[in-house]
Parts: sequence; structure tokens; C-alpha cells
Amino acid sequence: MARTGVFVCHCGTNIAGTVDIDQSVEASRGFPGVVHAGEYRYLCSEMGQDLIKNAIEEHNLDRVVVGTCSPRMHENTFRKAAAEAGLNPYMLEVANIREHCSWVHREMDEATPKAIALLRAAAAKVALNDPLDIPELDVEKRALIIGGGIAGIQAALDIAEAGYVVDIVEREPSIGGRMAQLEKTFPTLDCSACILTPKMVEAAQHPNVNLITYSEIDEVKGFVGQFDVKIRQKARSVDSVKCTGCGICWEKCPSKAPSEFEMGMAKRKAIYVPFPQAVPNVPVIDRDNCLYFKKGRCQICAKECPPEAIDFEQQDVVIERRYGAIIVATGFDQLDPSIYGEYGYGQHPDILTGLEFERLFNASGPTGGKVVRLSDGKPPRNVVFIQCIGSRDKARGMNYCSKICCMFTAKQAILLKEKVPDARSYVFYIDVRTAGKGYEEFQRRAAEEYDVAYLRGQVGKIFPEEDHLVVHGVDSLSGKIVEIKADMVVLAAASIARCDAPEVGRKVGINSDSYHFFNEAHPKLRPVETHTAGVFIAGACQAPKDIPDTVAQASAAAVKAIGLLSKEKLQGEACTAEVIQDECSGCLNCIAVCPYTAITEVEIEERHHGGTLKRTVAQVNPSLCQGCGSCTATCRSGSINLKGFTNEQILAEVDAICL
Amino acid sequence: MSAAANKTRLVEEMKAQSGQDPSQCFQCAKCSAACPVTAAMDLLPHQVIRYLQMGMEEELLKSKTPWICASCFTCAARCPRDLDLARMMEGIRLSMLRCREGNKFGPADLTPEQLEKLPQQALVSGFRKYNK
Repeated sequence: MARTGVFVCHCGTNIAGTVDIDQSVEASRGFPGVVHAGEYRYLCSEMGQDLIKNAIEEHNLDRVVVGTCSPRMHENTFRKAAAEAGLNPYMLEVANIREHCSWVHREMDEATPKAIALLRAAAAKVALNDPLDIPELDVEKRALIIGGGIAGIQAALDIAEAGYVVDIVEREPSIGGRMAQLEKTFPTLDCSACILTPKMVEAAQHPNVNLITYSEIDEVKGFVGQFDVKIRQKARSVDSVKCTGCGICWEKCPSKAPSEFEMGMAKRKAIYVPFPQAVPNVPVIDRDNCLYFKKGRCQICAKECPPEAIDFEQQDVVIERRYGAIIVATGFDQLDPSIYGEYGYGQHPDILTGLEFERLFNASGPTGGKVVRLSDGKPPRNVVFIQCIGSRDKARGMNYCSKICCMFTAKQAILLKEKVPDARSYVFYIDVRTAGKGYEEFQRRAAEEYDVAYLRGQVGKIFPEEDHLVVHGVDSLSGKIVEIKADMVVLAAASIARCDAPEVGRKVGINSDSYHFFNEAHPKLRPVETHTAGVFIAGACQAPKDIPDTVAQASAAAVKAIGLLSKEKLQGEACTAEVIQDECSGCLNCIAVCPYTAITEVEIEERHHGGTLKRTVAQVNPSLCQGCGSCTATCRSGSINLKGFTNEQILAEVDAICL
Repeated sequence: MSAAANKTRLVEEMKAQSGQDPSQCFQCAKCSAACPVTAAMDLLPHQVIRYLQMGMEEELLKSKTPWICASCFTCAARCPRDLDLARMMEGIRLSMLRCREGNKFGPADLTPEQLEKLPQQALVSGFRKYNK
């Protein structure tokens, strides 16, 4: 016979304000198997835990029910307390009488009977609890980082410095990401490449960091500590070992294609490195644009290559590797403003996005660092910047603020004034948002020292007239319609999730918000974790973010990964599913619903009328099972039990509530 | 200015008529930037919404802007907040008539002189109202 103790928590007035504690304790004494009932103001406090521990000893309890807050809050606290008093931690059940009862009811005479019913259900369940063992799992001491931008590089360096091997998988031929495309960084105006390339080189040279560039994730299986990942390394058509990065191949290559790195504003060759400081400095052949791959002739690169590194026969290679932890740092895209007909983006060469305009400042950019109009090569006199293109726009764009545009616009206006001293900048804005260290001061410098005219309002239409663009907008502060003859227009296009973020999320097994930004496990207290144990997120794949925040988050994710990798063993899930193979009919519906591929079919031998019979049944791999319970709900013959939540236990709870 | 009370009769009437909530507007003023007839307006379209937000009913009743509005719906097409300002203008016109004049006349009651003086938009509003 069970010897159950019931403990009811006041939670200050959180529970006691709506639930009659004395009445609940009194009622608990009458539940089957209950030999002791008590109450305390804060059971989660050390005093409260001691109360439980002492009662276990004094009354020789073998099971405990606590009527408290949600098990998500303090189940572990109480399980540990029970374990310290010598019980198996799974001999304790939580009746959630706060979130499920006191917080959602007003009247004590209604809440109290419900609390008693919840306690009775927990007592009925705990009577059927069995001690469970927590399995121990191995940890592969290696981390995977998906995305080689500044977030991925920072996280990789931190993990590598802690002594663990880390692989960066980058889709592009070089690491560097968005930050490599920037000319200067706000609010200090230091050169982006000057602060980024040393980190890129450090990552390439670090003995613990492996760069797997021009590669993508094919498949992620397994679980925390043991993720089995397939990485597709796309055929580079160049032998990375032989190549010296001399650059003769791309000098001689006759075919050109729009450069992705230059946002299509310049051409690159069919064999190319995306930018001069690329790491690794090994080109790739873009097979869609290479004459040899298209028409079967040319091969000039191969003929000219001194170390004979060109390899047209190279195939995609799938690398299969096990990792203990994964950090997703896949970055962001820029919204295509051509969805807004009124701005004329895509219809005129002098209407650019922020990222495109940024490239004009760069010495290796499409204009060699000269800020000129793409239409006629002349330096612009009047430049209109428009903020919130697709941000804060629930009608046609994104409902959120993209966070970085106010600052990069102020930066570009300042840079413009320095490059073209007689240029005048106009910024149409809805609100200027400059929260950040040194940010407000920076934006004010643009307005006060660099003569940037800030106009609070939006632009209704832009149209070409003679050799300029007419920007028709409004200054809402003066209530005046404003018309500006602009030489260039720069649209601060929203930062959006990568177009393939949903696919990456599906592969890695993490979820995202309605904008496809990856979700953190808790918006305040678990900002770099995801709901999938062992998978962390960093940078702008979680939400629009500037470089300082990205780097901070990357280091945070690295610390979480290091914490995981530093463990000798991980505690696995005790509440896993178990097939009663005698009763299993072998329909195998459970295999189809299992999200963790933890169930397989197995052939068993049974004695049958004196002979033996072979039969197919289901089998659960407990190290893969996460205890979600899908299989038990699906099983037609009720022959799968989730440990800690067996069919018997659930029915006992239902019976107790219906009493 | 009766800034304290957003719930003036005109605002409530306008909301009921148009189904649009002026508190949704964050005053980016793109409606004004896009409007083709601002030259003839005494208040810019975004200012009309601001007046609604502030409950400045009397000042709004004096404005010609709702009657200048051509119902071209450019504002509604541009609004990042998904507000239909043209519909709001229509609501304001209807509410203005109701607040100021009450529901005194049917179309048949109007004399030819009154019909001549009556703004076109009021006729459109009237037809919409009576055709229901």
C-alpha cells in the first residue's frame, strides 16, 4: 500500500488568495493511500523543501504530491528534495493548482474544489508511479556552427579557445557573411573589413576550427550530445589543397556573371572568389556560367593554373559527422523593395537599397569606392534616404522594426558627406530609434555636424524627371508637402529572415516565429537556447540585430555549447515510451508519428501451440525517445506506455477527477 | 481642444461607419505624401487622423479636407498600418452630417436650391446610406 504525503503551497497569496488551503489539506488526508498532509507558505523555499524531506523521514513516505505552481517551474526543485530524502525522484507528482487553478479563477468556493480535484488526481497517479532511472548519454566533444558570418565566426573562436573542435559550415565560397559587405560600422566608423578579416583569418588558422565552405546541411538526426549531421560540400571544381589563390584563373576566365557579393551591381567571373579578402582564398567555378560546363570548351583556367588545381570532375561530397552541440547562425536577407511600386526600385539605376549603397563606398566595390550615380557616373548632390521600407508595415511588409536602419542610414549620410562634401542628405523617417551605446550621439552628429536634414514623414511617390528623381514626401511636423529633386534615393529595406530559414529550421528541428526568425526558448531568460536541447541560435537569424548584439549573442551561444560539451555524460529522458510486445499487433502506426525516429520494427519469436512463430512488433530506442507520447496516443491496442505517464496512470487521474 | 476625450461622438460615429480605428495610426504621414489633392486641403490627411486621435472634434468639423478627399484610395493602398483612410474620410463626412445636421431629411425633402448647394460627397454619402 502506498504511503503518500501531500503538501499544499500557499505561494504567498498566489494560491492561498483563491484556494482554501486548510480545506485542501483536510480533503487530501482522505485520499486513498495518503498518510500525511501538510501546507507551507512557500514550499519552494529551503524551509519548504526541508518540510517535505523531514515528513518523508518521519512518516516513512514512499510517494509525494506537491500542490504548487506549474511543474515547468519547480518540478525539478521538488524532485531533487525528494531524492535527497532517499526517494526516487519520479515518485513525486506536481498538482498544478496555481496556473491551472488559482490564477484562472476568482471565487474561492469554485477554485477550492478544483484544487482538491487536482490534488486527488495527482495522488491517484502517484500511487501507480514506479521508480525510473535517468539514463546517461555520451557527449560528442565537437560543435557544429551553421553560418560563417560574424556570429558563426565569433562563436567558433570562443568554442575553439575553450579547447573543443568546431566546424563552421558556410554556404558561400568564403566566410564573412553580411559584415564583409559593409564598408564602415556604426557608431565608431571603423572599417568593417579591418575588424572582421583578422577574425576570419584567426578562424582559418585556429587548430580547433574547421571551415567547411561552399557547403550546406543535408540532414540532422540524433539528439543533444549526439547529433548525426550530413553536410553536402558542393563541388568547388578547384582542389583546395593545390590552389595557391594566385588569381590567374579568374583573371583569364572569359565568362562573367552578376556578383552576389556586390548585390548584382558588378560582374564577377565564372571562376571567382566573392571578395578580395575571402577565406579560404580558393575560388569556385560557378558551373551555371562556366563555358566548359555549359558548352564543353574553354578550360582556360585549367590551362593557366600554375599548380594545376582546377578539377572539372570534382563531385559533391557528403561529410557525415557527429556533433554534441549545434549553433545556428544563418543571418538575414534584405527585403526586395520592388513590391512597393511607389518607390520605383528596380526601375531606375539611382534608386538603391541600403546594402547596395554601402557597396559604393567600398574600394573593391562596383564603383571602386567612388560614390557616383550608376546612371551617369556623376557624384550625387542630393541624396534622399527613406527609412522603414517594409519595416513597421503590417499591410505589405513586416510588422516589426528592423532595428539597424536608423543607424546605418545616419552612417551612410555621414560617409556620403565625407566622400562628396557638397552633397546634401535628406532622411525621411517615422521615428528615429537609436537605443544603443553611443548610438543617439552618433545620429545627432549626422543631423548637427553633417547637415543631414531629417524629415519626419514618409514618401508617397518617386518619379524620374529629366536627369533627376522627384521625391514627393511630407514633413508631418510642419504639415507641409515636400518635394525634393534627388540625384539618388536610398531605401532602408527591412531585414528579413533568410528565404530558406524554414527549411533550415525543419532540418535542425527548431521552430520559428511568423516571420521565420528562429525562436529562442525564452525571450528573456533563455535567449540563445532553442526548444531543442543542444541547438542554440545566434545573430540575425533570431531577429534583426546589429553587430555588437550579434557578437554578444554569439559568445553567449558559445558558452552554452561549451557548457554542454564540457559534461562527461548528459542526463537523458527518464520518461520514455515502452512497447508491450506481447500485446503489440505490429501495425507500426507508431513509427509514422514518432518525430524522433525512435521507433523501429523488430521480429520476435513467440511460442504458439507448441511451435514457434515469428512476428513483427514495434521497438522503442530509449536514447532517441524524448517522451512526447505521440505513439501511445496513436497505438490502437494501447500497448505502448510512456513511463511516468502510463495509460493506467492517466486513467487513474481521470477517474479521480471525475469522482 | 478636448484632448482628454478620444471618445467623442464624431470619433465614435466615424469608427462605427468606417470600421477603422484611428488609434492604429502611428503618423508616418505616408497618406499625405501620396494624396494627389493635398494642394486643396486645409488639413493634410494624416493631420485629420491626428485630430481624431486627439478628439479635436470641433476643429475637425471646421475642416474642408474630408470634403476635398476624392476617394481615390491611394492613401489606403499606401498605408503601412493597413488603415483605410478613404473609408475613414467617408465615415467622417457621414458623421459630420449626422453630428451637425442630424437625420432630418430624406432625398425627396431637398429643394432644388438645397441640392445645388449640397456638396457632391454628401450626395454620395446619402445615397450609400439610403440604399442600404
